[in-house]
Amino acid sequence: MDVFLQTLVAGVLKGGLYALIGIGMTLIMGVMGIINLAHGQLMMVAMYITYVLHLAGVDPYISLFVAMPGLFLIGCLIQHYLLNPLLKVETILPENQVLMTVGIGMVLTEVVRFIFKSDYKSVSTGYSNATFFLGDISFSVALVISFFIAIAFTVAMFFFLIKTDIGRSIRATAQDKDAAVLMGVNTGRITIVTFGLGSALVAAAGSLLAPVFYVFPDIGGPFTARAFIITILGGLGSTVGAIFGGVTLGLAESFGATYISMDYENIIGMTIFVLVLLFLPGGFKRLTKV
Amino acid sequence: MKKNLVPLIVLAALAAFPLVVEHNYYLHLMILFLMWVVIGSAWNLIAGYTGQVSFGDAAFFGSGAYAAGLLSHHLQLSAWWGLAIGGFVAVAVGMPFGWICFRMRGAYFALATLALNEVLRHSAAIAEGFTGGMVGILIMPTFVSKVPYYYVALALAAASMISIQWIVHAKPGYYFVSIREDQDAAESLGIDTHYYKMLSLAIAAFWTGVAGSLYMNYMGFIDPDVVFSLHDISIMAILVGIVGGVGTVYGPAVGAFIMVTVQELFRSGFFGLFEYLGRATGSAAVESMAKTITGAHVLGFGILVVVVILVLPNGIVGDWPKIRSAFSRNKIAA
Repeated sequence: MDVFLQTLVAGVLKGGLYALIGIGMTLIMGVMGIINLAHGQLMMVAMYITYVLHLAGVDPYISLFVAMPGLFLIGCLIQHYLLNPLLKVETILPENQVLMTVGIGMVLTEVVRFIFKSDYKSVSTGYSNATFFLGDISFSVALVISFFIAIAFTVAMFFFLIKTDIGRSIRATAQDKDAAVLMGVNTGRITIVTFGLGSALVAAAGSLLAPVFYVFPDIGGPFTARAFIITILGGLGSTVGAIFGGVTLGLAESFGATYISMDYENIIGMTIFVLVLLFLPGGFKRLTKV
Repeated sequence: MKKNLVPLIVLAALAAFPLVVEHNYYLHLMILFLMWVVIGSAWNLIAGYTGQVSFGDAAFFGSGAYAAGLLSHHLQLSAWWGLAIGGFVAVAVGMPFGWICFRMRGAYFALATLALNEVLRHSAAIAEGFTGGMVGILIMPTFVSKVPYYYVALALAAASMISIQWIVHAKPGYYFVSIREDQDAAESLGIDTHYYKMLSLAIAAFWTGVAGSLYMNYMGFIDPDVVFSLHDISIMAILVGIVGGVGTVYGPAVGAFIMVTVQELFRSGFFGLFEYLGRATGSAAVESMAKTITGAHVLGFGILVVVVILVLPNGIVGDWPKIRSAFSRNKIAA
C-alpha cells in the first residue's frame, strides 16, 4: 500500500509540471493550429539559463524570473521571423510550419551543445535531495515547491485567459481566426504573444525541473514527445485537457516505473498515445467539452 | 521517347560510373546517394503527393534493416533475403498506425509516425535477447568490392522511381493529389480517401523498408540509434524530399544528391579543406574550427531545414522557374 501511495504522490507531483508543459503546447496548438515540435528544446534552453544563473549563485526559483521573460522573447522572435512568414509562402507541402519547428528545435539543441558541450550538468541546491515525510510517504521538497509554483502559474494563466483583453483575444483567435479579425483583433500580434506565452510557460517548467533533473542538450526531445502526448491526451487546444493530460502522463509514468520496469518509461507515454488515438480520438476534450 | 531521354542518359551514366571511377570512397558516396533516392522517393509519395507528412521514416527504414539483420542473426539465412521481406515488414509495421490515424484530420499521422519510431527505437534497445540491444547486429558483408552493392542500389533506385512515377501517373496518383489538395472534395467525388492514403503509405513504407535492408547488407552493422535515428534518417528523408522538390518525380533524386553531398561536406570537414588550411597556416584556430565543423552536421541540417522552408518551400525542382528567373534578372541587371 505504501508503495502504491508513494508512486501516486510521485506521479501527481511530476504531473503538475507536465501540465505546465502541456498548457504552453496546447495554447500554441489552439491559436496556430500547429504542433510545436521545438517545445522541449525551448524548455532545455530555459534549463540552461537556470544553470548559468545557478553558477552565478542565483536560486533556480529566482532565475524563473529571468528564464520566463527570456523565453517569452525568444518565442516571440521565432513566431515573428520564422513561423508567420510561412503563412505568406505558397507551397504544396502542408505542415511546413511543423517542419520549421523541428528545424528550430535542432538548431537550439546544437547551439547549446556548442556552448556547453554534451556533458550532464546538475543544478544542485540545498533542497535538491531533501525530503520530508507525511506518515510513511516521502515527499521531495524540490518537487513539492515546484508543484505549487506550477499550480500558481496554471491558475494565473486561467485568469489571464478569461479576464484580460489579450486573453480574450487569444481565445477568440483560437475559436475562429476570421471572425476574430472581423472583431478587430490583430491576429498576427496575437499569434506572436501566444507563442511567447507558450514558451514562457515551458520555461517555467524548465526552471522548476532543473534542481531535480540533469541538464543536457538532448533533454529537449523526450520532453517534446511528452508535450505532444499530453496535448493529444487532453484534446488539441484544450487548456483543461492539458492539465488532466499532464497529470495522467505523470501518473502513468511513475506507476509504469514502479510496477513494470524503469526501462519502459519512454514507451509508456507512446503506448498511451496509441491507446488514446484508438479509443478516444480527440482526447479528454471529447468527454468534458471544455 | 523524347521526354524519357534525359532520365535514360542519366541512368546509363550511372550504370557506367563504376567502370570509370574505381575509387571506393566515391562508390560509397554513390551507394548512399542511390539509397537516399529510394527513401526520398518513398517519402515524397506519401508526403508530397498524398499530403500526409511522415516524421518517422526511420521506423520503416529500421524495420527493414532489422528484418534483414534478424534473419541472419537468428535463422542463419543470408541477409539478402531481407531485400525480399524487409519491405513487407515495414508495411506491416506502418499499416496499423495508418489505419488508425488516417481516419482523423490534423497532425495525428505526423505525430504517430514520430511516436512509432521512438517506440521501435526503445523496444529494439530493450529486447536484448531478440535484437541484440544497443550492441546491435553485425553481419559479414557478402562482397568485398563495392561494385555489386552499387548495382543493387542502382537497380533499387531505378525500380522505386519507375514504380512511383508509374503510380502517380495512373489513377491512384491522381487520387493521391486530390486528397492532398482537398480531402472533402475528394470524398464527395466518391474517392475512398482512407483506402488511398493506406495504399500510398504501404508503397512508401515498402520502399523505405527495402532501403533499410540494403543498408543492413551494405554496412554490415546496425544498432537502434543508427537505423531509428530521428535526425540522420527521418529528418534527412524530409530534407531529401523538400530540398529536391515536394510532389515532383525527379525532386528526390536531386535532393538526395545534394543532401548526401552536404552530409559528407560536414562529416569530412569540407573534404578536408579546413584540415588542410589548418596545416598550411599552422594556426590552431583554423584547426579547432575544422573539428567543430566535423561535429556540426546536425546543426547544419537544422539551419538547412529553416532556410529551405523559408526560401525554397517547393524545392529546387519545384521552384526551378523562380530560381531561373532570379538568375536571369541578375544577368539583365549586370
